[in-house]
Amino acid sequence: MADLHKLTIAELSEKLAAGECSSVDIINDVLASIDATDDKVGAYLTIDRNSALEQAKAADEARASGSNAPLLGIPVAIKDLLNVKGQPCTCSSKILEGYIAPYDATVITRLRAAGAVLLGRVNMDEFAMGSSTENAALGKTANPWNTDHVPGGSSGGSAACVAADEAIASLGSDTGGSIRQPAAFCGCVGVKPSYGRVSRFGLTAFASSLDQIGPLTKTVKDSAILLEVLCGDDQLDSSSIEMEVPRFGKHLTNDTSLAGMKLGLPQEYFVEGMDPEVEKVVRDAVEHCKSLGAEIIDVSLPHSKYAIAAYYIIATAEASANLARFDGIRYGLRIDGKDPLELYEKTRSAGFGSEVKRRIILGTYVLSSGYYDAYYKRAQKVRTLIRNDFTEAFGQCDAILAPVTPTPAYKLGEKTDDPLKMYLDDILTTPANLAGNCALSLPCGFSSDHLPIGLQIIGDSFAEETILKVGHAYEQTTEWHKRKPVL
Amino acid sequence: MKYEATIGLETHVMQKTASKMFCACKYEYGAAPNTHVCPVCLGYPGALPVMNEKAIELCCKAGILLDCEINPYSKWDRKNYFYPDMAKNYQITQADEPLCIGGHLEVEVEGTLKTFTLERIHQEENAAKNTHVAGASLVDYNRAGTALMEIVSNPCMHSAADALAYLAALKQIMEYGGISDCNPEKGQIRSDVNVSIRPVGQKELGSKVEIKNMNSFAFIQEAIEYEINRQTALLESGGTVVQETRGFDANRGETFSQRTKENAHDYRYFPEPDLMPVKISKEQVEVWRSELPELPAQRRERYVKMLGLSEYDAGVLTAEKATSDWFEQAMQHTKNAKAVSNFVMGEMMRLLSEQELTISESKVTPEKLSEIIALIDAKIISTGAGKQVFEIVFNEGGKPKQIIEEKGMAQVSDDSALDGWADDAIAAHPKPVEEYKAGNTASINFLMGQVMKASRGKANPGAVMKMLKQKLDGC
Ligand SMILES: [Zn+2]
Repeated sequence: MADLHKLTIAELSEKLAAGECSSVDIINDVLASIDATDDKVGAYLTIDRNSALEQAKAADEARASGSNAPLLGIPVAIKDLLNVKGQPCTCSSKILEGYIAPYDATVITRLRAAGAVLLGRVNMDEFAMGSSTENAALGKTANPWNTDHVPGGSSGGSAACVAADEAIASLGSDTGGSIRQPAAFCGCVGVKPSYGRVSRFGLTAFASSLDQIGPLTKTVKDSAILLEVLCGDDQLDSSSIEMEVPRFGKHLTNDTSLAGMKLGLPQEYFVEGMDPEVEKVVRDAVEHCKSLGAEIIDVSLPHSKYAIAAYYIIATAEASANLARFDGIRYGLRIDGKDPLELYEKTRSAGFGSEVKRRIILGTYVLSSGYYDAYYKRAQKVRTLIRNDFTEAFGQCDAILAPVTPTPAYKLGEKTDDPLKMYLDDILTTPANLAGNCALSLPCGFSSDHLPIGLQIIGDSFAEETILKVGHAYEQTTEWHKRKPVL
Repeated sequence: MKYEATIGLETHVMQKTASKMFCACKYEYGAAPNTHVCPVCLGYPGALPVMNEKAIELCCKAGILLDCEINPYSKWDRKNYFYPDMAKNYQITQADEPLCIGGHLEVEVEGTLKTFTLERIHQEENAAKNTHVAGASLVDYNRAGTALMEIVSNPCMHSAADALAYLAALKQIMEYGGISDCNPEKGQIRSDVNVSIRPVGQKELGSKVEIKNMNSFAFIQEAIEYEINRQTALLESGGTVVQETRGFDANRGETFSQRTKENAHDYRYFPEPDLMPVKISKEQVEVWRSELPELPAQRRERYVKMLGLSEYDAGVLTAEKATSDWFEQAMQHTKNAKAVSNFVMGEMMRLLSEQELTISESKVTPEKLSEIIALIDAKIISTGAGKQVFEIVFNEGGKPKQIIEEKGMAQVSDDSALDGWADDAIAAHPKPVEEYKAGNTASINFLMGQVMKASRGKANPGAVMKMLKQKLDGC
């Protein structure tokens, strides 16, 4: 074994181009790594060994005949809510048992066109509802750094497989922090693109106005390379934005200076009850950026404290309608009843987990006649205020630095009895979704228990290049991302 | 006490678009079940709607024809309800910002010109078709997601006659505008009817009863009349009308209770996050306006003023767009509007109805009819022969000129042939000859008939008359 699974997209692309390894070699190493460690991590729900090898062979042949597609021969793991033609797409739910996707999501089409090898499907919280991947009906996922701890969620499998070198990169989705929080918990890089940057077509919707698909990788550079493939206008998604996609990967240089850059520090994001170790590590990271030449200024995001309340109204309202289609009539689980209504009730009672039911009920309630104005309408007003805060802040700075989570990864089972406590953990990530901004998470240190801690870099809408530049400069001048968990 | 009825209609019209409202599937009436479906219209996970621009154009054009204000900024909403006819279990529709606002329609009802006002027209997607069989329900999603607009009238009608006149006018305008084929049998025009009753003079409307989803205009009439009688009888006997939704049983000609207000759905409308708002500029509206065809009322006026047809004839010709379009095409080949009108309203309509065909299926094309008319006008054939040719072409096809030659139908105007027939008739029938000479000029018609008979209809009547007069007056 040549330890190819431990390398990054950038490193492997060089080796592949130089003929030092083949895509089949990479897949074999990655599959061996999965065999060696996934028993402990549990990132994968399904692994497509034969198909992955076939795709790798095809990639090697394509390279031999001159192709140099950006992800040619690179294995990527897919969060189990993206539709891939001919594959199951369970969303970690019993209600989608037996469903085989009849079409490719746009991001899958783009990955294929870029030459990527689809490796398998990774675990998540059911329908992306959760922050620990414990709301998963079909598998348990652990944090590779300490398997007694959660990997975060909802893209827990996507983060864990990258951190454990069971994939070179993965796709996740972020509705309220579902890429950034597990990336922080597992010590990898995760990017939530600006709303409209990446087509949502083929992403099983949780909350349509908040969902975005994004990469989870070992380095910022890799995220930039993957992001460039994923982004772009799509005729199949009306919310995707028609604008040119910058060459994210190419534009990252070896220049690590942040001179001339203003980075904002919102005091409101160092919340009460925050783990002191997290606060210290993040403040150290801020100091580090200063040492790279950035000017650090105070900014204020006063309405972010209402983000959780607004988020759980808007997201659940949209989810209550988005999940109505899972009714047992056309696909997935069906438990018969004497009439359609009873069929719905029986199917949905048996098919959905308790967190999903909780959110459907909450969403149904806030949209009900007589309550709409008090909840949904007010939440939308709060959303506007949060967006205005960001607009004002980005008038003063180029990007915002903040923690990703108030604590490092907690223990499995620690918060499952208290959903509200778990909701509150999303306090630092939901504002970017509500505002539609881009944001990334990258490793910036460890707790005394050797658990990773993440730094969040938030950018204005469509300012991905800026946050990638800051993240890349930080990463180039620190060593955190090079540490590996011992499994 | 005297009561007055108030009626409002919510009319769903399926638009003539090549593809469905939010996906690329086409709609084809009568296609094998579930053959025009895709992840979007089947509500599969991850599928997203994409707006059909043509449907927006047609909805706005309907609005322009009905004098609505076109909303410069309209948006989409989700209407939530669980039923197997809606794959996503919500319908994409427009709640508070429809495409078209207001509008009105002028209609003649039993000789009086009335104006019926509209509240709005909004765009939405159609539901699937459910069929209930023993022990099961079958769903055909071919119709699911097709473009459907809802034209909502104000409660401004007061009788079944009002409602029918309104619907007939609406249907005619939709057909003329190329918005919809409005075929009730194909479910392309369906109405929900709201009926309430109040004592004459009372300001507030009575409790509203809604009768859902009716295709047939005849049933709509029956249902309204039944409902007015039922509610009036209820109030007269001291009862009260309950606000509810009722169905119409066509076999019994009665309405029946389906759902009361207490059990009404809470549709939990909220803005559709998967679609962007629709922005329509004033310039766009003007472009659409300029593309719209002449409406029936305008055509009728032109037929009377420019072509010299009677009001009645113009009305018959414009009642259906297909007929009127056929007439217009024929008029491109002839100037004889009266003759075209007579043929269309006479031979054409008779043969079509006898053989249950539509005008587009007629083997007599506008060009062929104009050819027949030209032959008559040139006195090559008689009007009677023209009608025969029309029927032959209608049934068997072929070219009018060829048929005339083959069947020897051309008129005879040649003097030598007519001379012989005229002499024979005068010689064989001395009595009418005497009567004519004694001053009874009508007797000449008998002799004329004899000549026509001898010529087997081919003699040119004008020429025969001239010759007979010469011979009788001369001796
Ligand atoms: Zn479709």
